[in-house]
Amino acid sequence: MTESENGTASRRVVHLAGEIDLEHAPQIRKVLLGAVDQGRWILVDMAEVSYIDSSGIACLIEALQEARKKDADLALFAVNPQALRVLELARLDTVFAIHPDLTSAVQAKG
Amino acid sequence: MSEAAPLPAGDLELTRVLLEVRFCARVDRIKLIRRVVEASALMCDLASEHARDVVLAVDEACQNIIVHGYKSQGGGEIVLTLASLDDGLLVELRDQAPRIDPARIQHRALHDVKPGKLGCYFMSAIMDRVEYLPDPGGGNLLRMYKRKDGSS
Repeated sequence: MTESENGTASRRVVHLAGEIDLEHAPQIRKVLLGAVDQGRWILVDMAEVSYIDSSGIACLIEALQEARKKDADLALFAVNPQALRVLELARLDTVFAIHPDLTSAVQAKG
Repeated sequence: MSEAAPLPAGDLELTRVLLEVRFCARVDRIKLIRRVVEASALMCDLASEHARDVVLAVDEACQNIIVHGYKSQGGGEIVLTLASLDDGLLVELRDQAPRIDPARIQHRALHDVKPGKLGCYFMSAIMDRVEYLPDPGGGNLLRMYKRKDGSS
């Protein structure tokens, strides 16, 4: 599991990679909440996330809720089929804004 | 959940057993378990997307045992048995954690979006059968079954 973050003061892009499971969820939670703390618009790059379980999903939900509390926004992009399947199973595919790629996410924001 | 024939009780025929793995109830072991579950599911002719689903269900079951059963203390034992039945894959997970009351196992309502409490939902949504039993040897026995036709 790896993660990195970049962007502007208002827009933070968080790149997640690898298998996001119970072992790595605490680190992912910290990164996501840190991005929410620093930005108004958080874009989570899921392209290299090969696996996610309920603990990883919990991190995404918590970050989304924290973003909404501060009137910020959080969206996912480039979600691979396994992660999308998990989001769909939990009916979270309609809760999160999910975009095919970064360009689409930026365009959707207007 | 399917109303198919009862799952085999008691010891499984050895020829049905794909593998049995005894491992320490620690989060850093789950990744390894995912590998053997996926390989076993594919060996049972489950479609790859269903094999990946079963991996998630077993991952969630292991998490529950580690976190709720053994309280993340890291010293407990889990025994995973994977068996090929005529029409699907049988997964058994045994632990020596305090007995659980199946009636108290609940997942959150899906419309109540908040972190956590999705693991048992994933297990029941993915698998055709999920049974929580007391293990005759003490502790708990979780049995889950996935049909090859992926009807779930």
